[in-house]
Amino acid sequence: MVRKNGGKSKDPVLVVVQLTGGNDFMNTLVPYTSGMYYDARKTVRITEDRVLKLNDTLGFHPAAGPLKELYDAGDVAIVQGIGYENSNRSHFRAMDIMHTAEPSRIATEGWVAKAIRQLDPEGKNVLTGVSFGRGLPRAMSAPGVRVTSVGDLDTYGLMTAVQIQEQRAEELDIFKRIYTPAIGTGATMNYMKQTGMDVLSGIDQLRAVPAGYKSSVEYANNSFAKSLRDVARTHIAGLGTRIFYVQHGGYDHHAVEMPNHEKLLGELSGALRDFMADLREHDAADNVVVYVFTEFGRRVQDNGSGTDHGSGGGAFIIGERVEGGLYAEYPSLDPKTFANGEDLAHTIDFRGVYATLLEQWMDVGSEDIVHGKYEQLNPFKAA
Amino acid sequence: MAGVALKTRKPRAKSDPGLLAHLYRRAGFGATRDQLERLAAKEYSEVVDFLLNPTPEASGVSEDEIARYMGGESATAYLATWLYRMINSECQLQEKIALFWHYVFATGLSKNEHILSASNQIDMFRHNGLGDMRAILMDISRDPAMIFWLDNNENHKGEPNENYGRELLELFSMGVGNYTENDIKNAARAFTGWTFAQPPPLYPQGYYPAQFRFIPEDHDYGKKTFLGQTGNFDGGDIVDIIVRQPACARFVSRHLYNFFVADEPQVPSWNDVPPQDPKLIDAMSRAFLDSGGQIREVLRVMFNSDSFKSARFKKVKSPTELVAGVLKMVGSYDDFRPGLAKYVETTTVAMGQKLLDPPTVEGWHTGREWIDGGNLTERVNFAVEEIGDGSVPGIRRIVDRLTTGGAAVSEPSALVDATLDLIGPIDVDPSTREALVKFAIDSQKDEPRARIVRLLRLIVATPDYQLA
Repeated sequence: MVRKNGGKSKDPVLVVVQLTGGNDFMNTLVPYTSGMYYDARKTVRITEDRVLKLNDTLGFHPAAGPLKELYDAGDVAIVQGIGYENSNRSHFRAMDIMHTAEPSRIATEGWVAKAIRQLDPEGKNVLTGVSFGRGLPRAMSAPGVRVTSVGDLDTYGLMTAVQIQEQRAEELDIFKRIYTPAIGTGATMNYMKQTGMDVLSGIDQLRAVPAGYKSSVEYANNSFAKSLRDVARTHIAGLGTRIFYVQHGGYDHHAVEMPNHEKLLGELSGALRDFMADLREHDAADNVVVYVFTEFGRRVQDNGSGTDHGSGGGAFIIGERVEGGLYAEYPSLDPKTFANGEDLAHTIDFRGVYATLLEQWMDVGSEDIVHGKYEQLNPFKAA
Repeated sequence: MAGVALKTRKPRAKSDPGLLAHLYRRAGFGATRDQLERLAAKEYSEVVDFLLNPTPEASGVSEDEIARYMGGESATAYLATWLYRMINSECQLQEKIALFWHYVFATGLSKNEHILSASNQIDMFRHNGLGDMRAILMDISRDPAMIFWLDNNENHKGEPNENYGRELLELFSMGVGNYTENDIKNAARAFTGWTFAQPPPLYPQGYYPAQFRFIPEDHDYGKKTFLGQTGNFDGGDIVDIIVRQPACARFVSRHLYNFFVADEPQVPSWNDVPPQDPKLIDAMSRAFLDSGGQIREVLRVMFNSDSFKSARFKKVKSPTELVAGVLKMVGSYDDFRPGLAKYVETTTVAMGQKLLDPPTVEGWHTGREWIDGGNLTERVNFAVEEIGDGSVPGIRRIVDRLTTGGAAVSEPSALVDATLDLIGPIDVDPSTREALVKFAIDSQKDEPRARIVRLLRLIVATPDYQLA
């Protein structure tokens, strides 16, 4: 089903935001009346007078004001206590689990890539899935699934170091000849050639995006805001992208957490608010949902300066079609319930949240992607 | 008469520069044309011998200077020194074998978060990596980073943790299908009490090395049966038994083949998928068993084999190989200059390889899995940027040779062939050569030096250049 609006496709679009390093959920959504929280967090804590209260027990970190604005407008579903059994504390493994939806074995196919395979089975549009920022996440990688990975939309291209534009155009023309698939070059060479042609095709389509964009929204000057702005510009251009992926790094706060976490949450929530405002200004917000996740939560007890790796994190589902509010339960702060004796126990499996997004929002089957059936949420408004 | 003639002529090449370039791409991170021409005065097998026997004097790299100019207690600082060695050490195989063992004994800093342990492990590979397999397995079994990575510090008498015992057999020495679950259990028992003394906490004390520690009270001294033998084995006995197994000889040979000769399927499939070159694997396995597990002897057989010599451009370069190779060619980091850190911190990472942080205990997947749209873009843009306007010393030398004196070339196809020769020599697909020749025709009016720089940019942007 394709909804049309002003000639633009209104297919549902998902923007995945990865917070890399393990966001401290307890200090993002603070249980400000809990003595257990303040017992565990002697130093790395948000005092009651500083929280932005959502209700009688929970409040946002003071730097998350813009996110609170979105929440107050009813656009934010907070998924409390997301995780899985035997949460892994290695960044890489934990992120891999989030990317592949496979906690119990090493897998290589990403959940986003598998969704893209269903959305565009013949791989007709190399922009069906687009990642902004350097490095393609494993979530978007699977054999035969062609996606586009853009470092920075304004400078995106091949042979970008060539300064003289005329020379660059000539060289790109030769590049295209070199990468045009030819008979008898062997499987590896053919694969590389096809990949190069896909890159060229993506570049061709994305080239006009910056010039066609005007907005009164001024994003902050940081790399995450820049990536979200790139998502907005590409989405508004209507190139058929169904899943975007962006990353915000630096959440691994073992030390000096207080000022650093504050800075990151400020960047995150400011960029999310600006992004939604930008889409609204272009009448392009109602078919977009943003999913914000991290690889794990952090240790309940602080270490005097920061927090170590833990579990029981939180996620956000944001958009105009979202029924704002609190979902799942806030993990218990009673030490008797802790996982590993020191971590928050999860209250909802992350695979159920993926299934929610895939089935209820993207209209894509989820069982093959999350490997089974998991309890879902109902965070979307009735159509 | 002959003596007079010899003085005025360059020493006669005993070895084919193309073959030496191949050897250096595989046993190292490439070689410049000047290096290749110097090396060509030796027999190929002599060059192999030189690479197999590294010494601090021969490396041409000063440890003191590295410590003085490139110190720092961070993963990035350490990796910058490693990249410096990859570019500048004459003992190229010493650096390459360290990378090889890093692939096999893939230990992740993301779990350990202790840079000194991680860098000590790589230094250990640099020093023991060409030696005998028994010493290598003993060293890795006593290595604090490995002990923590695979939880052997949780492997207690009466409460064995099988993680290390399992991976030792499955990923490090034999491969699935060559042992039973019972062998794993008994191996794990033999390694009980093998742990490390915890360094002081990182915060706020900073980095101190961790030390291996054997705790006799935590060791299971009971009888164990392992691979058909029974005794009061400890970890050393387990390693002794492993390195005598033909399965170990074969497994290590396949690992070396996959890393140095040609891309094979990934390790977990080796039990089902036979090697693509069974004769060479047999010869390497025999060298392993005959020499008591000397990696140097296995490599000697491998590098001198016809299979190796003819396996040119059969491997997709890893990000590290591509980056080190290009930097060596452009010659910008021949001395201590700041700036290497960014290549290990962002460039190779954006291409899919973060050294000291392999994705899993299986290490990196190789071959075609290195390439997707994003990292192909990164590879091309990186190499093109390093060539830049051609003012970097390595590129200047290539351009000089193609534009001066009697060797100057300008006819399009001759220019393409001469440039491909000087940058490698590298072979390219006929379709690639045809496109490059078209460029050389179209650009005949360009200023000669600038034209060659442009041609070099195009060559490093080809899919052919992604192959070693």
